[in-house]
Amino acid sequence: MSSKMNTDNLLFPTPEGLYCPIGDFHIDPVRPVQRALITHGHSDHARAGHGAVLASRETLEIMRIRMGEGFCRTEQVAMPGETIDIAGVRVSFHPAGHVLGSCQIRVEHAGTRIVASGDYKRSLDPTCAAFEPVACDVFITEATFGLPVFRHPDPLGEIRKLLASLAQFPDRTHFVGAYALGKAQRVIALLRQAGYDKPVYMHGALVRLCEFYQAEGIDLGELRVAVEEEKADFRGAVVVGPPSAFSGVWMRRFADPLPAFASGWMMVRQRARQRGVELPLVISDHCDWPELTATIRDIMPGEVWVTHGREEALVRWCELQGIAARPLHLVGYEDEGDA
Amino acid sequence: MKAFSTLLDRLVLTPGRNAKLKLLTDYFRTVPDPDRGYALAAIAGTLDVPHVKPKMLRELVLERMDEVLFRYSYDYVGDLAETISLVWDNEQDPPERLSEPSLGSVIESLNGAGRTAVRGLVRDLLNALDPSGRYAFLKLATGAMRVGVSKRLAVQALAALGERDANEIEALWHGLSPPYRSLFDWIEGRADRPELKSPAIFHPVMLANPVEEGDLDDLDPSHYAAEWKWDGIRIQLTRKGSLARIFSRSGEDISASFPDVLDAITFEGTVDGELLVGGTFRSNGAARPFSDLQQRLNRKGVTARTMEEFPAFVRAYDLLFAGNEDMRPAPFLERRQALQHVIGAADPLRFDLSPLVGFNSWDELDRLRSAPPDPVIEGVMLKKLDSAYQAGRMKGPWFKWKRDPHNIDAVLIYAQRGHGKRSSFYSDFTFGVWTEGPEGDQLVPVGKAYFGFTDEELKVLDRFVRNNTVDRFGPVRVLKATKEEGFVVEVAFEGLNRSNRHKSGVAMRFPRISRLRTDKRPADADRLETLKAMLPRAE
Repeated sequence: MSSKMNTDNLLFPTPEGLYCPIGDFHIDPVRPVQRALITHGHSDHARAGHGAVLASRETLEIMRIRMGEGFCRTEQVAMPGETIDIAGVRVSFHPAGHVLGSCQIRVEHAGTRIVASGDYKRSLDPTCAAFEPVACDVFITEATFGLPVFRHPDPLGEIRKLLASLAQFPDRTHFVGAYALGKAQRVIALLRQAGYDKPVYMHGALVRLCEFYQAEGIDLGELRVAVEEEKADFRGAVVVGPPSAFSGVWMRRFADPLPAFASGWMMVRQRARQRGVELPLVISDHCDWPELTATIRDIMPGEVWVTHGREEALVRWCELQGIAARPLHLVGYEDEGDA
Repeated sequence: MKAFSTLLDRLVLTPGRNAKLKLLTDYFRTVPDPDRGYALAAIAGTLDVPHVKPKMLRELVLERMDEVLFRYSYDYVGDLAETISLVWDNEQDPPERLSEPSLGSVIESLNGAGRTAVRGLVRDLLNALDPSGRYAFLKLATGAMRVGVSKRLAVQALAALGERDANEIEALWHGLSPPYRSLFDWIEGRADRPELKSPAIFHPVMLANPVEEGDLDDLDPSHYAAEWKWDGIRIQLTRKGSLARIFSRSGEDISASFPDVLDAITFEGTVDGELLVGGTFRSNGAARPFSDLQQRLNRKGVTARTMEEFPAFVRAYDLLFAGNEDMRPAPFLERRQALQHVIGAADPLRFDLSPLVGFNSWDELDRLRSAPPDPVIEGVMLKKLDSAYQAGRMKGPWFKWKRDPHNIDAVLIYAQRGHGKRSSFYSDFTFGVWTEGPEGDQLVPVGKAYFGFTDEELKVLDRFVRNNTVDRFGPVRVLKATKEEGFVVEVAFEGLNRSNRHKSGVAMRFPRISRLRTDKRPADADRLETLKAMLPRAE
């Protein structure tokens, strides 16, 4: 068991993000730094302009797709499970089950092990490698859905709701709002898993990421772009697009659209109502409450640090279980867009 | 329960009327009795179950979870039933039965349970249901079901089930009780029309169309009677034996709010009229403005003091039943004569007859309509002398001819996105007029409107919002609105009340955006003083 002194010296929050002074690197920094270790490709974790970037091969590819060549000066691939030495600090990447390429980062020095999990989930997702529990002294967990109200249902059951609605309203375009990286591909993969074999239309913002997923061997079936000029008949079609397209002029081309939204937030009715969602689909790429608490029980770390989300409830739960825990106040991470 | 909770989840979030109808009709078609009948009652608010107190629900949930974690959860969700439906962990106490209870069995067991058994029953049900089922059950059990479905819509969904007439269903429905097996049997053609046990039922009312340009040109004024259109609420009174009822225009039983009127219904039959506050003609009294009537509306009970300060009475328009005799097929004049007789014998403090307005030409009536003799008149009604009393809104037999609506020019201040079809447009607007502030003239909000404009005009408004947003608060956009820059609209409204709740001190009734005034500068918009001058005089 490490002392609090050791762990705090190894990794602590700074305005740029989580910082390791011994190895002189940041994890998921929100501002440009010399050396960045990136857990996954969501824009609040992966930003352009760093010196050196260490991340999984898939995350580096995703960053290139989203930010273009030259998103950093030098890049290095972290192979899953491989240990890399950075100025005496031993670093390794392990699957986090969040989106394609997402990893937890394990940082070890002088016998003290900290795992920064980034964003993660435990439920089955055919579009990315599953979360691996990694033994550690300190487990840094997200708490996006860190309240007992979040118990996400079986995602396939949610997709069946979409299919039922398509059968009931065959003339309405079913527009599914889904974050461009990870959620959109998962929704499409789930549709295929549920036996939906018609073409799925996608917003232009999704094209390159979907192509990348397919190139990585994830079968998404036939995809078509919902092109602006084309006056195609979208009646009864499924169109997947980023949530921001809900309020944009892009939506107007569809006949009597039925807005659906794939997100863990859809658990709470008021959230759906505020966004004008008619068909909420509770599909999350973050842990729900039972997964968060089960993960902490699985790993049984000496201490839990809780970041972005509803820290206080998870800290309270740890207290009740006799596990040391505290909130870690990191700034700059969205708690909504990608959930 | 699953089908019912799924229906509720969809209805709550579905803004479109046709989509709602489809959801309801599909549900009624696929779900067996008695579940669908109970669902109908739950949605339409006619279901009577013993209410479960929030305090007990809170105790039940705290048996199984930490109070602090519950508080965090409740703070976040903001609705007790929804919070409990989500945090309830049935893994702790796995249900004995594997199959989900049906809606019918849930309601029957609630009704059958004694006071002491309720707690255990609620716990068992929460264990046996999924989160959406728990939510539906808790809303039922706390009597807080709100799904945005009017009775009329529910009736239309029923009508679509077996091609029956919605008015006929509505008339029957009010005399039957959940789970309405005989009603469904009849609608679906398996049985005869059900016989009603309780005769004091609501009969769908006859409605009028507004007079539009050219409507009267080919009509002979001598074929019509005119009456003032009083600014109260349209109601129906009915009495059969010892049972008397007061229904709103939509069939809602509002008897409990008006015991003063209810007790005065001594005649047998059914009368159509306007509920007003103030004194009858027969007692040399005067009707008071709508804002006074509002003191009596939407209240479960009423105090003696309120009844004294705001006495209610009925100004009778029509007679549907005289005793047992159905007067509806009779012509207007004949019904009117019979009504005169009934009202003449009724309590003069609570009932009077809506007077007829004499006129010889449409022009003359137009003049009368524009300058009525009483401030509580909002126009005239035209009724064809030989017309029968027919439920619904037919064009021809009855017209309403309102005073011209009030108009002002106002400046758009805030905008929000609409719902459903309009979710990609900024279509909900808050507008204001000028008033003297500490630093010169400022805009004060006087109302909100989200219709009145055409689709083309909506595009213009939407474009303005997108290009002229100066700030945002959550979903609300703050628009550019200075003396020189901004968007002026003409707002039409039906009336104006004093209001302590609004900063401006006035509240509009039925405001809508009647014209876009792109020809006007914001500086040309109206002032609050102009609006205040339109307020009805204080007593």
